[in-house]
Amino acid sequence: MNLKLKVWRQKNAKAKGGFEIYNISNISPDTSFLEMLDILNEQLINEGKEPVAFDHDCREGICGMCSLFINGRAHGPDDDVTTCQLHMRKFKDGETVTIEPWRSAAFPVIKDLVVEREAFEKIQQAGGYVSVNTGGVPDGNAIAIPKEDADEAMDAAACIGCGACVATCKNSSAMLFVAAKVSQFAKLPQGKPEAARRAKAMVAKMDELGFGGCTNTGACEAECPKGISISHIARLNREYLVAKLKD
Amino acid sequence: MSKFITSSIGKKVVMSLSGLFLMTFLMVHLTVNCFLFAGAEAFNTAAHFMVTNPIIKVVEPILALGFVVHIAWSIWITIQNMMARPVRYNKTNQGKNSSFASRNMFVLGGLVLTFLALHIANFYVKIKFTHEIGAVSYAGVEMHDTYTLVTSLFTIWWYDVIYVIGAILLGYHLSHGFWSAFQTIGFSNQIWRKRLTVIGYIFALVIAGGFAIIPTYFYFVQ
Repeated sequence: MNLKLKVWRQKNAKAKGGFEIYNISNISPDTSFLEMLDILNEQLINEGKEPVAFDHDCREGICGMCSLFINGRAHGPDDDVTTCQLHMRKFKDGETVTIEPWRSAAFPVIKDLVVEREAFEKIQQAGGYVSVNTGGVPDGNAIAIPKEDADEAMDAAACIGCGACVATCKNSSAMLFVAAKVSQFAKLPQGKPEAARRAKAMVAKMDELGFGGCTNTGACEAECPKGISISHIARLNREYLVAKLKD
Repeated sequence: MSKFITSSIGKKVVMSLSGLFLMTFLMVHLTVNCFLFAGAEAFNTAAHFMVTNPIIKVVEPILALGFVVHIAWSIWITIQNMMARPVRYNKTNQGKNSSFASRNMFVLGGLVLTFLALHIANFYVKIKFTHEIGAVSYAGVEMHDTYTLVTSLFTIWWYDVIYVIGAILLGYHLSHGFWSAFQTIGFSNQIWRKRLTVIGYIFALVIAGGFAIIPTYFYFVQ
């Protein structure tokens, strides 16, 4: 396959940045998208140019490190996969592929396609945990949890924190991320004691960090590589409203 | 409840509740309008009942407030949401992941508001302020001849076109707004989401269809 790549290049967080066009040839359709970028970088290094910086780690879709806004979609044209699991067979020979970093006030670009996603950690630190301050590891079956509740909590816990929801949302809203992190505990007895505090603290932190508000377009759910449902956002709204009413 | 109104979810709840309130108004409005099909006496009596009803007198300013709040909060939310992405994407493909109405609620709402201004000038202003309306009397009770005011306006073809377009825009706005309002107050889950989406589409279709049929009917019948 031969492709024309339109890649966002930016020296550092303060630099202006702009698109560069690169031509790349002889790419196998079985190459993964990130491998294709590796090949591009090798080509650039051989030409004595600066390689394109992009985030990646496990390359098997579980770490949440890779990002990229490809041809107008977070994680590219394939559904329910991260960029590292996207393959070049999803593109046409001779196609122009536009590659941009996540765009959000809360996710500033550090270099080229790499953005700072520390905002998600800050939201997590505000309350996305269960405090276990004393005692040993509890017995696995000591607390009985209905299968449906466990399943729903697990569906929310599938969130890898990649930020595709923020990147794709027209408002740069982090509601799906926060909803997943609140929802994974909301259905479990272990999460109940801190439920009100968690919802309030995480939403307050999300607002403070400059994410937009949710307008229920459902774009986040469609682009989430883990297919997390916006029903979790309804639960977050409920948890938050109940917590605020109790104040 | 401190900081609730200024939080992202709180602002959305204000949009949701004011939106639901305006939807109930639309249902009442369309119900009264349906009396148009029953003739002059039925509609004029219904309109007279609405104008003289003490409950309506109380609700009217609340309704105006509902509109003001819904519009003001939408501007506030939209500005903040735009600020959340200072650098735009070069290429977007949002048609793949969300509906047209859901992405353009502010624009659709703005167009509906423009129509609403014309609509108020056409009827409310003429009835309440300029008194460009005749009088009729049924069984000794004198009342406004609202029927003639409405039906004579709908003999002008381009007014009919504007009213039909206004109804369609409103329908689009509601096609997302109905379900979205329930989602925002937390009344949704995997099952109810499907139900509310379907009910929302039916609601939008009934409201838009109902308001669009009236001018069309009176244009062709008269």
